[in-house]
Amino acid sequence: MFGDYSISDLGAILAMQGFAGLILFSVYVLMALGLAIIFGQMGVINMAHGEFMILGAYVTWMTSNAVQHTAPWLFPGYFFIAMILAFIASGALGMLVEWALIRHLYKRPLDTLLATWGLSLILQQAYRSIFGAREVGVELPEWMMGSWQATDSIQIPINGMFVMGLTILITIVVFYILFWSSWGKQVRAVVQNRVMAGAVGINTEKVDRYTFGLGCGIAGIAGSAFTMIGSTGPTAGQLYIVDTFLVVVFGGAASLFGTIASAFSISQTQSTLEFFLSGSMAKVITLLTIVAILMVRPQGLFALKVRK
Amino acid sequence: MSDETKPGLKSPLRRKLLMGMAALPAMSMLGRPAFADVPATSAVNTTGLAVTDSEVTVGILHSVTGTMAISETGSVEAEKLAIEQINAAGGVLGRKIKFIQEDGASDWPTFAEKAKKLLVNDKCAAVMGCWTSASRKAVLPVFEQYNGMLYYPTFYEGLEQSKNVIYTGQEATQQIIAGLDWVNKTKGAKSFYLLGSDYIWPRTSNKIARKHIENHLPGCKVVGEEYFPLGSTQFNSVINKIKLTKPDVIYAIIVGGSNVAFYKQLKAAGIDLSKQTLLTISVTEDEIDGIGGENIAGAYACMKYFQSLDNANNKAFVPAFKKMWGEKTVIGDVTQAAYLGPWLWKLTVEKAQSFDIDKIAAASPGVEFKGAPEGYVRIHENHHLWSKTRVGRAKADGQYELIYETADLVEPDPFPKGYQ
Repeated sequence: MFGDYSISDLGAILAMQGFAGLILFSVYVLMALGLAIIFGQMGVINMAHGEFMILGAYVTWMTSNAVQHTAPWLFPGYFFIAMILAFIASGALGMLVEWALIRHLYKRPLDTLLATWGLSLILQQAYRSIFGAREVGVELPEWMMGSWQATDSIQIPINGMFVMGLTILITIVVFYILFWSSWGKQVRAVVQNRVMAGAVGINTEKVDRYTFGLGCGIAGIAGSAFTMIGSTGPTAGQLYIVDTFLVVVFGGAASLFGTIASAFSISQTQSTLEFFLSGSMAKVITLLTIVAILMVRPQGLFALKVRK
Repeated sequence: MSDETKPGLKSPLRRKLLMGMAALPAMSMLGRPAFADVPATSAVNTTGLAVTDSEVTVGILHSVTGTMAISETGSVEAEKLAIEQINAAGGVLGRKIKFIQEDGASDWPTFAEKAKKLLVNDKCAAVMGCWTSASRKAVLPVFEQYNGMLYYPTFYEGLEQSKNVIYTGQEATQQIIAGLDWVNKTKGAKSFYLLGSDYIWPRTSNKIARKHIENHLPGCKVVGEEYFPLGSTQFNSVINKIKLTKPDVIYAIIVGGSNVAFYKQLKAAGIDLSKQTLLTISVTEDEIDGIGGENIAGAYACMKYFQSLDNANNKAFVPAFKKMWGEKTVIGDVTQAAYLGPWLWKLTVEKAQSFDIDKIAAASPGVEFKGAPEGYVRIHENHHLWSKTRVGRAKADGQYELIYETADLVEPDPFPKGYQ
């Protein structure tokens, strides 16, 4: 297929394709981080993850509308406000859900699957009743659209770079919180041994609630960021949920490093295959590869070493 | 009661008169003029449909919950508007239309079950409904078994024809061929990149497009053809491929949430739709709402209806629709096609002078609707519509500007020879 093209053409495409892979990688990490915290650290299978993301997207849409009507001068920067609001809204809803639903199910982790799936249906219908069944269009400030002309033939999407930057920032913050802050130590202590953690004076209920809230809040930020590249509608969250679980499970449930490594390998495989095959075939082959690897290594790429 | 007020009147004539007068208020309560030419129910309804002297029941069967609610909402709104307008104009054969709405819930078995309920329990005289081909395929055996009549609004892939269905949208060739001819002639387009979501409609449509490009447009070729799973949100790789192959035309049949992702990423990747020709058959004004006009401005769409059409029918239709459903609603191609359903049914019933399904099916060919917002439509022997094909160009405000329309009505051809 390359016979007719010049070297510089191919070089430019290679560079842009490299960026396409990196952007996909950032998207995967961003959508999986929240779930990795909840699934990995708490063992809760949160099927409503996509709906928490879409809440973030709707908050962004509302912020955009509000800013346009009340403070148009703020519009170029509204996206940052929207992301913070999205984090707060999704995080708050997450904590509410943890209090009302999830905490009763810690001893029956598989039941969380059913409960959160029901929750996702309820949330979808709630969005539909509140915001209408049609998709909403989120308007973006001019500077976030279009592409950056790196050379004559290389264009890099600005929103893609934005997602990359955001992903790096959030990853660093999450790692800081979980591995260097004292609260992170408490979280890890609760994960490793709930009873002992309680015995040394950690308020495990509070830790659980904030962990769940943090995971949902990050999902909200992801949803907010994805208004740049995807759709915002009541069921749009479903578009992400399969890929999200794929990344988290393939990476090894309890490992954040695993999530990142798995996002990287899946995104690179996917975007390379998509370039040489058609979109559907690329997906099929990616999924088959993942299934094959999981058959050999059911614990995922990275698993915590635990004494059994 | 009259006897009590006038106890003295005893003659038989008097009594008859009084009885007639007493009956008057009761008759006017039925809600139709006492002297209208209303044929007897027994004459117009010989198969036990839900038709009374004053009312006829039809069904509306769309998804108002689930994934497809995004698309089907407009159809429900249009059908309700049409029913209201028909009632205001005196109903069908002097009978007011009453509708029963059921929710298909974006689930095909549910569609079949609800269709059965509407036909068997409610005895609906007609059903306006379905949107996806999958839901239509699910209800088709039900309509054929229980002999119902379905008015189906969506443009679709063709390859189907039933006595029990009137297809008010375009079948594939009506939507594809005129558009390709136009882009070839006016843009001098020679190379085409075909894209689609991975299911039957885009695949069949692209198959027809490819055959037409390769066999009927001299010197033209397809440089790429690709499908993406429904719900795909990542298009950067294929956009790079498009950049590499530099096609004259991107021919896109992407649907649902993927649409939004595709156009946003196309714009972000620096593909300027004012320079790169893109022709789509899957983006109506409804979809632009979600995509954002600024992300798709400059793209061409091949449809039969645009909200901006400049004709007397449409100038009455658009304000009526907005009055009923809100100033902000937009009207896409399928919404207009859904609006045709109740009207075509009314005209057919009046032509047949009967609600019987068999008589409607037989009377349908040749029924013409001069009040259609798209201008004028007529039902073909194959139960599809003769209608014009139009090309519009998307503007940043979310509306299409009409660029081209076929001179004549395009004949529907659900089983196109040489295209399969």
